[in-house]
Amino acid sequence: MELEGVIEGKLSEVKNRGSLIERVVKVFLGFWALFVGLLFPLLILFILYYEARLAIEKFGVINFLKSTNWDPVAEDFGAATMVFGTFISTLLAILMAAPISIGIAIFITELAPKWFKPIISTAIELLAAIPSIIYGLWGFFILTPIMANKVEPWLQDKLGDVPIIGQLFSGIPTGVDVLTTSLVLSIMIIPFMSAVVRDSFEMVPSVMKESAYALGATQWEVVRKVVIPYTASGIAGGLILSTGRALGETMAVTFLAGNNPQIPKSLFDSFTTITVTLANQFTEADTDIYLSALYYLSMFLFLISLILLSVAKYLVLRLEKRWKV
Amino acid sequence: MKLKTYRKIVNWTMLSIASLMAVYGIFWLFWILGSLLINGFKYFGPELIYLDPTPAGVEGGGLRPAFVGHFIIATLATILGVPIGLMAGIYFSEYGQNSKFFRVLRNITDIMVSTPSIIMGAVVYAILVKPIGHFNGLSGAVALALLMVPVIAVTTDEMLKLVPQQMREAAYALGAYKWQMIKSVVIRAAKVGILTGVILGVARISGETAPLLFTAFNNAYLNLNLMKPMSSITVTVFNYVMGPYHYWHEQAWAASLILTLGVLVLSIVARLVLHGKITNPLAYMFRRIRKEA
Repeated sequence: MELEGVIEGKLSEVKNRGSLIERVVKVFLGFWALFVGLLFPLLILFILYYEARLAIEKFGVINFLKSTNWDPVAEDFGAATMVFGTFISTLLAILMAAPISIGIAIFITELAPKWFKPIISTAIELLAAIPSIIYGLWGFFILTPIMANKVEPWLQDKLGDVPIIGQLFSGIPTGVDVLTTSLVLSIMIIPFMSAVVRDSFEMVPSVMKESAYALGATQWEVVRKVVIPYTASGIAGGLILSTGRALGETMAVTFLAGNNPQIPKSLFDSFTTITVTLANQFTEADTDIYLSALYYLSMFLFLISLILLSVAKYLVLRLEKRWKV
Repeated sequence: MKLKTYRKIVNWTMLSIASLMAVYGIFWLFWILGSLLINGFKYFGPELIYLDPTPAGVEGGGLRPAFVGHFIIATLATILGVPIGLMAGIYFSEYGQNSKFFRVLRNITDIMVSTPSIIMGAVVYAILVKPIGHFNGLSGAVALALLMVPVIAVTTDEMLKLVPQQMREAAYALGAYKWQMIKSVVIRAAKVGILTGVILGVARISGETAPLLFTAFNNAYLNLNLMKPMSSITVTVFNYVMGPYHYWHEQAWAASLILTLGVLVLSIVARLVLHGKITNPLAYMFRRIRKEA
């Protein structure tokens, strides 16, 4: 009788301990999940806003974005040159990288022999593993002289006199300009873009492709009329995701943009971006309003990339949902 | 008949273009790695690692503070970042699956993976550098850790989801609590995948420069104090490339080579770990090449 009681007591003790740990573990893990998924982004936003409030009060939103003046001495700050530079270099990089990435994805999913697939995928992924400062170093020492002495004079020679677009190739080719920056950026985002596009291509059920082949379609027609239309939102997601990547790229751009706060009029003009300005001036900001203006810039960058990446995520999720059935 | 030839020509042209695109991607990889290897080895000497930098303008010297500092910052960031990322990832996979709220958080985490890294530097500057009053190594480690947390959380979640549901149910059938099931079944089954994610996370932060620029900053002297500015390979390369001296450029090439090799080796090790062949990578690679050929 007594023994039974003891056993029962022990048993309920073990049970109690187990369920106590159960609850503690759940709450503890849950807190960190909450932190990573919610508190952390909110905290970033709050800190950026808090640090930027001086500049927000002084310059407002529209004026800050409209003004091209960036003068630390006069304490007059406007973000137009940086925002424009960020957008133009990203846009050009996307335009250069998109066809390449789709081509690579087609090659990997449809054309490459089975033994070659892992090799080419790894090679492209290695491009993503190279630290961005290496792209900057390489671009600065190796690519810039070639662009300045060979590529850009050649482009200028061939295209400089064409009406309208000739303007884009005017100026003195220095290599440290919009064109070189966008080119290097495009190389950096190719792995991200082609990975997303490839993954969506692989989601297309083979039944769909086989039916098209059975109707006599060529390989290209299958890609063009079956694979691409059905993965459109995945491709769009990949494009936007890499836009987010390119927007926030700092080190490579810092070496190649020239850090010149002006709106570039030609592809051979030096310019600046939000990230370049931050990297170059953050440690030099000696007044509160200067630092605050820099935080204002980072807040813009954070918000833009947050919005773009959310759209990308939504598009990719939509595609996944469609094929999940 | 005519239409058929036309379609064949289009097919052939477009597919050749796609193959050319692949060649284009590879071309840049070889160019970048090739020039890095050539210049890096040309200027590399063992004194790069064990000598301190000379005063600016005086040739010679090495980058010992940068190597030591980089190692300390990256290690500390890993120690801080990995547990948080793991815990969040486990919760997302094991508890949050059925809650809409946590599924949304999981997607936000996915987005956080791609946040511009320089933002993290600015944020940490506000909370750890400004109040302390000067740059310090600790803030650099925190910035890198924050950068790493979402990466680890996302990969952990994905790896845990690969564990078959039956294994969980088998543990429940034996009367295990959920935490026991997670500890002894899920994590054990997914440990290789988790390790891969951790290594990839370390590889990612090891190459970062932007978050360190205004947190850990730079230091010409060897410094082991976390409360003082600490040098890192990436920030040093940044400063040296921008600097006027030719021997600085040479040292930047050599240091970049070491950094890149380190990061690439980590990425490759991660792949080998995932295939369970870490014990004998060479034999594994050989076998794989033979099998594929």
